[in-house]
Amino acid sequence: MKNKNHSFGSLSDGLSASWPICLGYIPIGIAFGVLAQKAGFTIFETGSMSLMVFAGSSQFIAVSMFSAGAGAFSIITTTFVVNLRHLLMSSSLSLFMGRSGKKKLYAFAYGITDESFAVNISKFRNGNWDINRAMVVNFSANIMWIICSIAGGYGGQFIRPHSFGMDYALIAMFICLLVFQLRGPIYVFTALIAGISAVLFSLCIPGNSYIVIGSVIAAGAGVFIKKIVK
Amino acid sequence: MIEKEYLYIVLGMSLVTYLPRLIPVYYLSGRNLPGWLIEWLDLIPAAVLGALLLPELVTGGNPRNFTLGSLEMIVAVPTFLFAVKTKSLGGTAIVGMGLYWLLDIIFI
Repeated sequence: MKNKNHSFGSLSDGLSASWPICLGYIPIGIAFGVLAQKAGFTIFETGSMSLMVFAGSSQFIAVSMFSAGAGAFSIITTTFVVNLRHLLMSSSLSLFMGRSGKKKLYAFAYGITDESFAVNISKFRNGNWDINRAMVVNFSANIMWIICSIAGGYGGQFIRPHSFGMDYALIAMFICLLVFQLRGPIYVFTALIAGISAVLFSLCIPGNSYIVIGSVIAAGAGVFIKKIVK
Repeated sequence: MIEKEYLYIVLGMSLVTYLPRLIPVYYLSGRNLPGWLIEWLDLIPAAVLGALLLPELVTGGNPRNFTLGSLEMIVAVPTFLFAVKTKSLGGTAIVGMGLYWLLDIIFI
């Protein structure tokens, strides 16, 4: 009974943290489904990509590349580069995993996205968060992503996903999660350097490598400044 | 569409996406990491969020251009202030969406 209450608590804690992600996935998931359907993907193909890959921007890119006639190798290589930023997020999450439950990490890692990372890392930082709650965030976002991409594939033209400002849900969520991270001058400095260098790199190199490059430079600069100030 | 090729592509995509998600958390968890690495990783969330957000707000188009005064950026200012004031994730999401919806209707 105690156990049951505990898992119910994880479920409701996780869901109350993940609803902004789920809301934000509605317009993007539907848009992906529509794009895939226009490119000639069947519902099964669209759904299986959302299930197996679960990485929004790379899925959009893969579908466009596929319709442009790109080969398997270039699609897979591009996906790798586009999703390499998760390496940083996975490393950063490792600080909170403790020693136990290596097996759970296989399931947890599958659901690491920009959105789930941002939500979970600030929850972990505040304490009172664990891998079960984090997995509820990951999997509820994943289920929403799959459902919405399938819905988009079925009849995206007839759904109006852009109502109620849903397009802005994830940006607003990221803004608030960034505010949570600004716990002192060094974090403000790091976020600013990251933002500015990401903007500069985004203007001169194609793709989204600017996220990784900007983050690595900024966190490096932050460590450096901390050392000097000490 | 050739179904077999599609299967290879999705399998390949899922593998190259899953491994970077798995390897660091799997191998770094529960280890004693050097101090500088912990400090660096501690700054990564702020860095990643900064790097995700700012280009979203001040660039647009394909190829990317620097653009000031987009609707995304205008709405970001009160949304940011609301987040600082309330520290509420759900509230900020609702306020951001509401403002974006409202201004979108007014301006277009």
